[in-house]
Amino acid sequence: MTTLLIENLCKQYGKLQTVKGVNLKLDAGERVALLGHNGAGKTTLMRMVLGLTPATSGKIAVLGTAAGSRHARNAIGFLPESVAFHGALSGREQLHHFARLKSETTKRADDLLERVGLSEAADRKIRTYSKGMRQRIGLAQALLGRPKLALLDEPTSGLDPISRHEFYDIVEDLANSGTAVLLSSHALTELETRTDRIAIMSEGRLLANNSLSALRQTAHLPIHVHVTTSEADADRIAAELGGERVNGRSITLICQQDGKIAMLGQITSLGAVIKDVDVTPASLEDLYRHYSIAEEGA
Amino acid sequence: MSVFTIARLELLIARRNMWVATAIILMGLFTVVLTLAGGAPTGTLGIDPLTVALTSITTLSVYLIPLIGLLLSFDAIAGEAERGTLALNLTYPMSRGEILIGKFLAHLGVLGVAIAVGLGLAVVLTIWQHGMTDLSFLPLLKLFGTSIALGAAFLGIGYLVSSLVRQTGVASGIVIIIWLVCVVLYDLGLLGALVADDGGAFTKDVFPWLLVANPADAFRLINTPEVSVSELASGIGAAGGVSGAAGQSASLLLWPVVALFLAWAAFRRIEP
Repeated sequence: MTTLLIENLCKQYGKLQTVKGVNLKLDAGERVALLGHNGAGKTTLMRMVLGLTPATSGKIAVLGTAAGSRHARNAIGFLPESVAFHGALSGREQLHHFARLKSETTKRADDLLERVGLSEAADRKIRTYSKGMRQRIGLAQALLGRPKLALLDEPTSGLDPISRHEFYDIVEDLANSGTAVLLSSHALTELETRTDRIAIMSEGRLLANNSLSALRQTAHLPIHVHVTTSEADADRIAAELGGERVNGRSITLICQQDGKIAMLGQITSLGAVIKDVDVTPASLEDLYRHYSIAEEGA
Repeated sequence: MSVFTIARLELLIARRNMWVATAIILMGLFTVVLTLAGGAPTGTLGIDPLTVALTSITTLSVYLIPLIGLLLSFDAIAGEAERGTLALNLTYPMSRGEILIGKFLAHLGVLGVAIAVGLGLAVVLTIWQHGMTDLSFLPLLKLFGTSIALGAAFLGIGYLVSSLVRQTGVASGIVIIIWLVCVVLYDLGLLGALVADDGGAFTKDVFPWLLVANPADAFRLINTPEVSVSELASGIGAAGGVSGAAGQSASLLLWPVVALFLAWAAFRRIEP
């Protein structure tokens, strides 16, 4: 069964329409990244899936049940953006409380504290925690009750690079155990290798929804080739290859996917004057910019 | 089940925030002082010493119990909304009614313990001063039960304010005003109206109802012994017998139910 099914979803606040006809589908074990600027409608979309705010029109089904129903809420683990807890409680007390609400054992809560690397600080008051530590408690509570759907809103904000890495390891385990993961972010680079599908939202509309490589293909974004040579030869080679000299001895060339091999052949035929070659495919940033600008132009 | 999980957490928070200790110390301290001070006139009046103590404690409770109730409750919803914990809590599989009842049970528990400690101290001190003879315990039970009802009413009012304004600063201001109106200004207003009316239609038909409509006054009246110690009762107490114990009990029972229902209705409308 489809874990999350969103059909033609709209949300209107007065005259402002924040979500405009979004269709999205998540199956068990899928990791989908929801990308967009602040105000693109990502958080509103999640709030509607959680049943915190009603949809103006359209349909949301979580495991076939209505959003906000007890069954749906039982199946969802949610990590809100800038998660907060009562400062007078310890991390363990807070997590035990959430475990009881999800009919989960306190033993499992303790295991999760360990999993997110908080077992040492678990008995300290949450008011003494750093933002990263609160975020870890937030992640731990989202994992309680083995959710079928995990909604993670800006989950890596406030985490250092190592913590981010650990976070995506946990997300991978979660997906491997059959949980569908929908996470929103605007930190694009870290998502490249860590998600199965990218959904791009801008001004309430879903502009793209596909795997990273498929998005690259449809976007026809140019590939950047950086050639390093010696200072003496830089100008001559730039002219020969039709590229642009960027500094002392670097040249940037731009080509399409289908011209890449021919371009590389041309470069290698120049022989020893070429010191190094770097090929950079379109990054997530480029893609994101491409899809949001295409929409604005339309 | 969720109700008890919430109540358990709220009790833990109330203990951490020293609310339990504060409530118990307040009630205990004042009852001890009043019981000891109230012991003096017993000899001349020749009535049950416990009744004398309870009359003083009733007067005190009219002020103290609504205050503690409102202070325990004003933060309940607004505080969570402001801290940002409300949204996450509402995604858990439980209804808003369960959240509200859970908090209510915990706060009522805190109040109940504080009241029980206060009254227990009053009894112990009275027995210590006057011995076991001639004590009537029925007024004591009545005072305990009605104190709980009075506290419940003001807890409900506190939750209602907390759900309506969603900002703790504003909520705290409003509950202090409500407290001032209910325990002080309301009676002064009625007294002024009585004087102005000079025994007219207002005094006979409207006044008795207005008097029991305020839970604090209903509480005061129901716990004021009628004949024997009317000297100890306030002037308003003597005048209020018209509406009777039934009206007073109904007021004390209805207020918690209505206030909690309204709080739930306001809480349900919140989109965190």
